[in-house]
Amino acid sequence: MEQVITLDYGSGGRKTSQLIDELIVPALGNKALSQLNDGAVLSGREKLVFSTDSFVVSPRFFPGGNIGKLSVCGTVNDVAMCGGEPKYLSLAFIIEEGLPVSELREIIASIAKAAQDAGVQIVTGDTKVVEKGKCDGIYINTAGIGFLRKDNLSPDNIEVGDKVIVSGFIGDHGTAVMLAREPELLESDIASDCAPLHRAAQKLWQLGDDLRVLRDPTRGGVATTLNEFTENRFFSIELQEKGLPVRPAVHAACEILGLDPLYCANEGKLLAIVKADRADEALTLLRECSEGKDAAVIGTVTATYPGKVVLKTAFGGTRVLSKLSGAQLPRIC
Amino acid sequence: MPCFERDWTAEQVLDAIRALPIEKANLMEVCGTHTVSIARSGIKRMLPKNVQLLSGPGCPVCVTPTSDIDTILDLALEKDVIIATYGDVLRVPGSRHGDSLRRRGSEGARVKMVYSPLDAVSLAEKFPDKQVVFLGVGFETTAPGTAIAVKQAQAKGLKNFTVLSLLKTVKPALETLMAQPDFAVDGFLCPGHVAVITGAEHFRFLPEKYHRGAVVAGFEPMDILLSVYHLLRQLAEGKPTLGNEYTRAVAPKGNPLAQQTVERYFTPCDAVWRGMGEIPQSGLQLREAYRQFDAVARFGLELGKPEKPSACQCGQVITGKCPPQECPLFGKVCVPENPVGPCMVSGEGACAAAYQYQEV
Repeated sequence: MEQVITLDYGSGGRKTSQLIDELIVPALGNKALSQLNDGAVLSGREKLVFSTDSFVVSPRFFPGGNIGKLSVCGTVNDVAMCGGEPKYLSLAFIIEEGLPVSELREIIASIAKAAQDAGVQIVTGDTKVVEKGKCDGIYINTAGIGFLRKDNLSPDNIEVGDKVIVSGFIGDHGTAVMLAREPELLESDIASDCAPLHRAAQKLWQLGDDLRVLRDPTRGGVATTLNEFTENRFFSIELQEKGLPVRPAVHAACEILGLDPLYCANEGKLLAIVKADRADEALTLLRECSEGKDAAVIGTVTATYPGKVVLKTAFGGTRVLSKLSGAQLPRIC
Repeated sequence: MPCFERDWTAEQVLDAIRALPIEKANLMEVCGTHTVSIARSGIKRMLPKNVQLLSGPGCPVCVTPTSDIDTILDLALEKDVIIATYGDVLRVPGSRHGDSLRRRGSEGARVKMVYSPLDAVSLAEKFPDKQVVFLGVGFETTAPGTAIAVKQAQAKGLKNFTVLSLLKTVKPALETLMAQPDFAVDGFLCPGHVAVITGAEHFRFLPEKYHRGAVVAGFEPMDILLSVYHLLRQLAEGKPTLGNEYTRAVAPKGNPLAQQTVERYFTPCDAVWRGMGEIPQSGLQLREAYRQFDAVARFGLELGKPEKPSACQCGQVITGKCPPQECPLFGKVCVPENPVGPCMVSGEGACAAAYQYQEV
């Protein structure tokens, strides 16, 4: 059968990697793009970080945020994960005819608030309106530029013995959106963690080269992001299930929906790999800002299972955590 | 019925298992949810090497023959049809590699994921000019909900709601397995969710008729480990019996109301299982009185057509004869992104569990 793009290609897991590796990089690759980091570091008089992201979340409004707030935080976070201090954003709307202006107004208000919080200015933009049925309400693209403040963040810096830190509870965003899609399924107070991470990132930059790499585990979740670190490298990452910060409500909802918090999207969390003897300091720094107050060490870089991410289960077993394959599908019974 | 050692730690149970005088034991977890829990918690590796856990025919998607999936895929192309289905079925491949409901959806077929059969009834109300077909996949566990959906559709006078019943029952499949000469399983972890409906006593035929151990098990790792211990103890003592480890959810007689509801709307029929062929009286079809809600009648469908031969070993995997890793396609041609068989797709499939939760 002829290959077509299915929803699985947008899940952030293995199919998304395949799309990037087979279609995009061979045709468009260059020194900046081929790093496949969250954004690109560009040379010039002052080094710049540049990143872009598109937002198509459904529903547009969900507990903890909306597509507008998400479109600012998403790009701000990508810039910050590359060591950039976010400064300027572009903002482009693709709007389906029929979208109530009141909704657009609310989305724009959220964008303004999020931009202010993140210390960025929206400096250029575009609006297109398409016929009914050509898009789902509103899609947003943002691109962000920041000045490079912390150089040399890359998984290539990771060394055996390093610690893996997450800045707070995992799986909140993915679970909140899933539940917002099916409100009658389960009553819960789970809210998206959607938040700018520039403050948390700045704190960690103080660690210098003992901070190896930063990344925000969005689509595909913590498990998929950590796999991006270990893939084709000589080390492994071992996580302890017992210490994973997962809210009880998220844990329960995932159980019911047949999801795994380790594969659920986060929109306000970062993963940091730091030198072991700086891990406590990293936690202290993160906890100084609200986005990092529940930060925890969740794992260690080891040489035991090269190329793999491994979970020590709370029950005493050990298993491999692979990349997400396709979108997570709820199970039957 | 035996008591279970609720105050033991996992380590204590494992010690007790290691102390049992057992040369070799093959145990089968019948339910796909058990398969996943075993893989997620890493139980297999914790057990002594002479104790094997084998997956059984208890993943509803995995036992659905490819020919039935093809029938569904063709139906999805019909004008004005909306297929309403549990998420698991979306990626199950048809006989053509790469074909699935998700693929058909990307080509314009109307395919909606639902969490409950009642959501499918709501869809039918919302789209009165479309025909909503709910894919009734599952075992005794999902049958009552499917029956209630038909009841609701009737009460609302809906003319555009039908069920394509692929529902199956566990007992006839286990009896078929027992009759196979090369079937070497010493005891069964019986499916806890099915037993919530049928009752634990439903599985008494295993020790009484076939002299095999049977323990109805819950789904937490500790439930499974304790159940394994009890099966092994029965084996060591040479006294197969029925145990119910999952007493917090399973009553001896189950849920009579749910049983009556199923009985009222469905009647047993012969059904084809993937890898096992036709098993008499192992399926559930809507009774004649509810024919107007039966997609088979509405669309003139034919279920259970003979299966074409394939290199995919799903049929062997779900009958405990071939571990997923020994299938020549496993992890090579057949991966979750591009599955050949349903066992690699479903969240409850043995191959998907073995792939996703590889032991190290």
